[in-house]
Amino acid sequence: MSNIEHNMSITGDAPKSISTTQKIASAVGLSGLLILVLAIANFNFPNKSLFLSLSLGMISLGTVIFSVDAYWGKHAGIKNDGVWFKSLSGKGFWAWILGIGLTLFYVVLYWFPQYLGLNSEGANTGIIALFDPLSKFINGGPASQWFVYGSLYTVAIWIFGFKFILKYRHNRYEIIRTCSVMFFQLGFAFLIPEILARLNKPYFAPATIWPLNYDLFAGYRLDSFLSAGNLGVAMLIFGIVSIFVITPILTYKYGKRWYCSWVCGCGGLAETAGDPFRQLSDKSQKAWKIERWVIHSVLVFVTVMTIAVVYSYLGENSDRFWLTKDVFLWGSAGFLTLLFALIIIFKRDQIQKDAKYGAIGYLVVILAIIGINYFSGNWNIFFFPAYKLREWYGFLIGAAFSGVIGVGFYPIFGSRVWCRFGCPMAAILGMQQKLFSKFRITTNGGQCISCGNCSAYCEMGIDVRAYAQKGQNIVRSSCVGCGICSAVCPRGVLKLENGKTEGRINENEVLLGNDVDLLDLLNQKSN
Amino acid sequence: MEHIVILGNGISGITAARHIRKRSDKKITVISAESDYFFSRTALMYVYMGHMKWDHLKPYEDWFWEKNRIDLKNGWVQQIDFSEKTLHFKNGDKLNYDKLILATGSIPNKFGWEGEDLNGVQGLVSKQDLELLEKNTKNCKKAVIIGGGLIGVELAEMLRTRNIEVTMLVREKAFWHSVLPFEDANMISEHIKSNGVDLRTVTELDKIIPDEHGKVSSIITKTGEQIDCQLVGLCAGVRPNIDFLKDSDLAINKGILVNSYLETNIPDVYAIGDCAEQQEAIDQRKPVEAVWYTGRMMGETLALTLTGEKSQYNPGNWFNSAKFFDIEYQTYGWVWPRPKENEQHFHWQHEDNTKAITISFDKKTKLFLGINSFGIRMRHEVLDRWLTEEREINYVLANLKQANFDPEFYARHEAKIFEGFKKNLQNA
Ligand SMILES: Cc1cc2nc3c(=O)[nH]c(=O)nc-3n(C[C@H](O)[C@H](O)[C@H](O)COP(=O)(O)OP(=O)(O)OC[C@H]3O[C@@H](n4cnc5c(N)ncnc54)[C@H](O)[C@@H]3O)c2cc1C
Ligand code: SF4
Ligand code: SF4
Repeated sequence: MSNIEHNMSITGDAPKSISTTQKIASAVGLSGLLILVLAIANFNFPNKSLFLSLSLGMISLGTVIFSVDAYWGKHAGIKNDGVWFKSLSGKGFWAWILGIGLTLFYVVLYWFPQYLGLNSEGANTGIIALFDPLSKFINGGPASQWFVYGSLYTVAIWIFGFKFILKYRHNRYEIIRTCSVMFFQLGFAFLIPEILARLNKPYFAPATIWPLNYDLFAGYRLDSFLSAGNLGVAMLIFGIVSIFVITPILTYKYGKRWYCSWVCGCGGLAETAGDPFRQLSDKSQKAWKIERWVIHSVLVFVTVMTIAVVYSYLGENSDRFWLTKDVFLWGSAGFLTLLFALIIIFKRDQIQKDAKYGAIGYLVVILAIIGINYFSGNWNIFFFPAYKLREWYGFLIGAAFSGVIGVGFYPIFGSRVWCRFGCPMAAILGMQQKLFSKFRITTNGGQCISCGNCSAYCEMGIDVRAYAQKGQNIVRSSCVGCGICSAVCPRGVLKLENGKTEGRINENEVLLGNDVDLLDLLNQKSN
Repeated sequence: MEHIVILGNGISGITAARHIRKRSDKKITVISAESDYFFSRTALMYVYMGHMKWDHLKPYEDWFWEKNRIDLKNGWVQQIDFSEKTLHFKNGDKLNYDKLILATGSIPNKFGWEGEDLNGVQGLVSKQDLELLEKNTKNCKKAVIIGGGLIGVELAEMLRTRNIEVTMLVREKAFWHSVLPFEDANMISEHIKSNGVDLRTVTELDKIIPDEHGKVSSIITKTGEQIDCQLVGLCAGVRPNIDFLKDSDLAINKGILVNSYLETNIPDVYAIGDCAEQQEAIDQRKPVEAVWYTGRMMGETLALTLTGEKSQYNPGNWFNSAKFFDIEYQTYGWVWPRPKENEQHFHWQHEDNTKAITISFDKKTKLFLGINSFGIRMRHEVLDRWLTEEREINYVLANLKQANFDPEFYARHEAKIFEGFKKNLQNA
């Protein structure tokens, strides 16, 4: 009896259920989603514009009502009550259902688009056909599976961005940052490429930078740029300048956050739709070790692949360019060696031992591959055809890792799995953040109470507390500067800052507050 | 090899253990009856509210201890034989030490109220208290919290996340007015009320009334008012956890008496953290300081002493922090609830009543004495430096921007604060 009473009582229960309004809002949103599911099941909606609007409208409306009910009218502040009790955010039953659902969606999207209604001959059917009116409106042609995906992706960032802004409305950093990712997703990642397509210009998403945009130097892309006159050349130049000029300058000034949590679409989705799952990231030291090996391996993979692709492209067009195969290959090798040498010479204290060995190892491997191929007279390939390498990269990293695992597994591994373990762009920005940047998270003297909120809510799995409780600043290559550790800290201990590079990494032996002259003592010792 | 035994695996004991290990190769054993591994007592509330799971409270992964050769032992020490240097455990085990560090922490205060031991009456200090709270709040509709300190307000926040009605009895005319000046205390009181807590000021508990099963059913205040409830939270402060040491040669008063080297009256026995009581006053500090930071500092200091650098416990400028529902609080230096002689307060409050600062300074010399900050984060390093450098109030106000630690893009209030201060002086 008392058991039943307990189940029925509304007080004393852990905050894991949602309010009636939130239930209704969910129903509205799910109805909108149902239209999409029906479309996938090949239900042929009569008025596609109407039903598409209805579907996206209901999904958005449901999310907006849900968010308003959850956050508006309540005190502004941290809203993490019940996060670990709720099935969806606490790795319970619904988390698995959602994870499996998302994963299946990605598998179909990447490898079986015919089930979405993409027909090699004839008009679209299914969900892709449902998006035809929108596609025609924006780019003038029928939709593709990528158009459907891009539209849904953008809608997700906007509606969950709205939710995020309401949730963190006391925090201007979070509000501005979220507006920024919403803007870049809609404008730079979605509309500009579509409009370029309408104008019959090459595909180009200006904010998607190599190596995240691993295809930038693929032969067919180079062809499309080079055949599009000045605009095409400008795009190619912008792409290269982004890598070698814009990125290093901005990362030096602001840390990698300028990209990862202000501009990037992958980051944008993780920060908005993925926000309920940020606490699921693995904080163990083991995970950190794995992270370092995996992400840098991907970086090596993409570098080798890109060099191979460009190399073979140049091969076919040797008379067209001043840049010959030889110059390119040895230029790349020289550039990489110089880069590694400079880092090892000037920053060796800041690199962990295994990272150093890893870096040297990788360099040797790359140079060896280049050398072997070159001297074996194997002119146009790296052991196997370059396009094969690109295909494999696309399959393993571009699709399986960033999509299926990266997003599909949000509810299980957290929202930034791809950004943390897989993204080669994050790896490059991270190296720079660690070695040449003004960005750090400052720890506020001795105020940390080791509560663990910062670590728990760090989507990158950084054990922020480990630094904060020692009074140390946080300078980690993986930190995307989302600012949430600072937001959730109940004692005001953490502040994301750009400042002088001296003293960025402080090794306080004694916490502020204790007036023991231990620092002197230690200095004496070490002398 | 010298064997250092640390009784208590809280912040003070663990800090001592870690620093001793950093600086030496001694054998270290840490004992606790509460939990296998060190956890953050300060974060108990977040587990109940679902922000974190128990494992998140552990600042070090479980492998850390073995790797650093810090032996952990879970067991209750019943008695200590100081002459034999032996600890006697409840289960009959014995353990010898060469040096003993007592870091036994606190337990909730009880003042001999009628009904204070009933079912459904509890404090919130230990892991076991948290588990008990989980049990006691099943089916609970209404709770009364006795005392309005930092733990009281945390308990109130916890219970509100489960839709439990909360009445909070405080003795003073505003929440925590024993520590905060009235204007600060009043703003926080209003904020607490706005979170659905029925805050009763100038109200004290008389007794707790059981139902027929020996469970709490209501309380009666000193004015005779009866309030029905299924839970009573005893949050009228804590006291050193030293009852098991009472009949020994160890000198104790409220806590275990120590000198400035954290030595007790018995050779090779030291006390740190919540359970220690300073024999001689350090600056204007209380002899027993039950806060996280002081426990950590004592642990650091004692570790130096035990590894060959005899060091005095010398806490610098006072600082502390807390959070009242959504309002963060930080304090540096001294701001007394009722200004002391020559002490003057300047209070500024934002119109939304979630941000305020109170600065205390010397009327005559204009020296900056301390600051309370609500809803605005302050930089510890800067304020600590100003206190040490004995800056004047004008300097502090003119440079307040340097001390701001709010996240980027936050609205700034220094100009308004400065203006307010000037007006205030004219009026005075
Ligand atoms: C809910 C709560 C919130 C708090 N929030 C803050 C805050 O925000 N900021 C702040 O500064 N302070 C805060 N405090 C105070 C702070 O947690 C304490 O000051 C600090 O934990 C004391 O640490 P300690 O090492 O002295 O003792 P403890 O952490 O209490 O550790 C003592 C340990 O010794 C064990 N022990 C004692 N006797 C025996 C025995 N005979 N045998 C075996 N084991 C024994 C106990 O079981 C316990 O595990 C808070 C306290 C509580 C309860
Ligand atoms: S350390 Fe903080 S700012 Fe960096 S990724 Fe983690 S939560 Fe975000
Ligand atoms: S959230 Fe703040 S107080 Fe808690 S562990 Fe992190 S830095 Fe320390």
